[in-house]
Amino acid sequence: MSPMLHSILAFVQTWWVELLCAVLIIVVVPLIAGYIVLVERKVMADMQARLGPMRVGPHGLLQPIADALKLLIKEDLIPDNADQFIFWVAPVLSMTAALTSMGAVAFGPWFQVARDINIGLLFVVGVSALGPFGIVLGGWASNNHYSIIGALRSTAQLISYETTAGFALVSGFLLAGTLNVRAIVETQRTDQAWYIFLAPVGFFTYLIASIAETNRAPFDLPEAESELVAGYMTEYSGFRWSLYFLAEYANMIVVASVGTTLFLGGWLRPFPNVRWLAWLDAAPALLLAVVGVYCVFRAGKQPARVQSLFMWAVALGCFVIAAIFALAAPFRHLPLQFMHDGLYGAFWFLLKVSAYIYIFMWLRFTLPRFRFDQLMRLGWHILIPLALVNVVNVGIALALSSEFGVNRWLAMLVTTGVTLAAAMLLLRWNDKYSAAASAALLADSSIVEDSHAG
Amino acid sequence: MKILADTVHENDAQKSDTLFGADELVINMGPQHPSTHGVLRVKLKLDGERVVGSECVIGYLHRGVEKIAENRTYQQFAPYVDRMDYVAAVSNGLGYCEAVEKLLVVEAPPRARVIRTILTELQRIASHLLWLGTHALDIGALTPLFYCMREREEILKIFEKYCGARLTTHAFRIGGLQYDAYDTLEKDVERFCKDFESRIQEYSDLLTGNSIWIGRTRNVGLLNSTDCIALGASGPVLRASGVKWDLRKAMPYAAYDQYKFEIPVGTRGDTYDRYMVRIEEMRQSRLICLQAIENIPAGPIMARVGKVLKPAAGEVYHAIEGPKGILGYYIVSDGGTQPYRIRIRPPSFINLQALDKMVRGHLVTDVVAIIGTLDIVLGEVDR
Repeated sequence: MSPMLHSILAFVQTWWVELLCAVLIIVVVPLIAGYIVLVERKVMADMQARLGPMRVGPHGLLQPIADALKLLIKEDLIPDNADQFIFWVAPVLSMTAALTSMGAVAFGPWFQVARDINIGLLFVVGVSALGPFGIVLGGWASNNHYSIIGALRSTAQLISYETTAGFALVSGFLLAGTLNVRAIVETQRTDQAWYIFLAPVGFFTYLIASIAETNRAPFDLPEAESELVAGYMTEYSGFRWSLYFLAEYANMIVVASVGTTLFLGGWLRPFPNVRWLAWLDAAPALLLAVVGVYCVFRAGKQPARVQSLFMWAVALGCFVIAAIFALAAPFRHLPLQFMHDGLYGAFWFLLKVSAYIYIFMWLRFTLPRFRFDQLMRLGWHILIPLALVNVVNVGIALALSSEFGVNRWLAMLVTTGVTLAAAMLLLRWNDKYSAAASAALLADSSIVEDSHAG
Repeated sequence: MKILADTVHENDAQKSDTLFGADELVINMGPQHPSTHGVLRVKLKLDGERVVGSECVIGYLHRGVEKIAENRTYQQFAPYVDRMDYVAAVSNGLGYCEAVEKLLVVEAPPRARVIRTILTELQRIASHLLWLGTHALDIGALTPLFYCMREREEILKIFEKYCGARLTTHAFRIGGLQYDAYDTLEKDVERFCKDFESRIQEYSDLLTGNSIWIGRTRNVGLLNSTDCIALGASGPVLRASGVKWDLRKAMPYAAYDQYKFEIPVGTRGDTYDRYMVRIEEMRQSRLICLQAIENIPAGPIMARVGKVLKPAAGEVYHAIEGPKGILGYYIVSDGGTQPYRIRIRPPSFINLQALDKMVRGHLVTDVVAIIGTLDIVLGEVDR
């Protein structure tokens, strides 16, 4: 056996778990992203008094697959005036950044590619911040006015809101005292509180900033379809377009994972230390069983035989996974503990991430879109100062509780109050300023006197 | 004004300059743009994202409606007017029928006039609903559109029951109506009006107090009353600027003099005021409908007009308050069976002229909101 093959084998032997996780991420995430789209359309339909996709598969369950197929076989178009190479590389860059940053996210205690890297969440945030390069370059390479405006908007937006998100995360890091993903979750177990309760302002500023970072409504200005046609994606079609699309949804998963890890207790079951709530451990199996029963119930009502067969298959899938959960339940002690913890941890983690993403969707269908100057003002005049004040206040609270023995919850309560008061002041000041600013803009005589365009 | 093709070409030639080098960027919004409500093309001169000048290019939907009229008899032309403002076909038909009646010196019987009023007010609600949905969609609120469509559907169903058509209805005839009210018309209208009160509240819940919505519409597209009058703007655009001018009150037609209703007016003349005025107008239209169904007089539905209409030589101008503003018909007759000339005063076309004044100094984003707030229909602008 050649030494090279030998070393490859040795590599695989050492890292097989990580490799498996990486392959799983690359294979499964696009599929999940597709199904998030379906869920989003269904949620949207539910809020808008309609049904959503119903034709492809029962209740539209095969819609994402049909969409992906259609996008794959579309003609690959590159505009004549585009910068060919950058046009080609830009969506790949976005997608790569999104998938790479997932490598350090822990989906449950055992499913993580890059284990025990001490900069943990910093790596995730840093790599996912590379994604907008893809957007900027794509917009630039398209050589289209709408694209370049969309790209520039996205740059400005990212710079503003990445800062806010960073400061919001810092307030969580202060509480955890570490950047390591696993350690952050474990400290939340030992502290007996999710950090959303200790640093609520930090969580909500991160929530807003993360929506803006992923270019989702009401902050979806880079691709605002009613103004910029499709923003930076205007010239993209087919599979390149779908790469951007996947990157957006993968990014949603990343920011939701970061928020979940730091503020929502990661993969911990709600109240992990409370004994009488241990029955919550049965929730995963029960929930899946209920979904399965519902599918069986609906299977008989499907109009076509194929559809009812598919429904049976979905039900079967649910029952199998529920059974796996149930079978893993007794192994809560060594040596098969990792199976139990990994499965249940992944369930709770994904449940929290889903809830986080649901908030994204909910906001999208409820709120109108910000205007660009309003977006900037919200970022620089309100969120960044607020996040800064919050970091300082969390620091003070920590110092008070560790140095002077003040009750930790009391200290947090007081400082949160101070932060909220600061927020109110900022909002009032901003209202005054924005009224003055828009009056000044309109009073600019040079514009009114200007001749016709063209 | 330069020839358009030149400008576009010039712009292409300086491509490298227009992206980063030059101060100004000219972009073509439309005619294929999701938010210009059809085939409107707006050339925007931008400084960064700020609009320093604009020019509307219209005519992509020109069908020569006025010219067609010269080669059709008076009755034959009636369905054509439905295709102008195709989301308010009933109102267009009312204006035309009343104009020809004026020319013929006949009057529609009272029953016909009340039924006309009910249907026209329903049409006003439907038109405003479509406006609200698309306007909110332009500003980024996805959901109100579907709520609005849900209610509009109920109105279209009433039209369908009445005359068989939903969109281009051709509901009225010169001299009255072809069809009498169907048996359950009153009940249907009443049911709709009862539900509608709470439905308007739903839209208000989503938008009226929403701080993003207020931020996007307050002080956007300001138009004061002097400018409005100078430009000839009418309808909700004029009333939002504080001018209490509504032809239903000022020069009553159909059966409007019998009903009590308010004319909502704004104070600032911005996009938010126009939104509030239209919302309130829907409430008032609902009240008019409720009053009208209480007492629909019995009697004939058609006045005595001959099968062949031959008005005496002369001219007539008749205007009604359409959903979008004053809709006027100027008809010249030479004594023949076909009009010598018809000139239509479309509210959308004239309101659109205010666009340039309203967009200057605003951002590109606001252009979309301002086009939306003018409530134009390109079929009517281009005719």
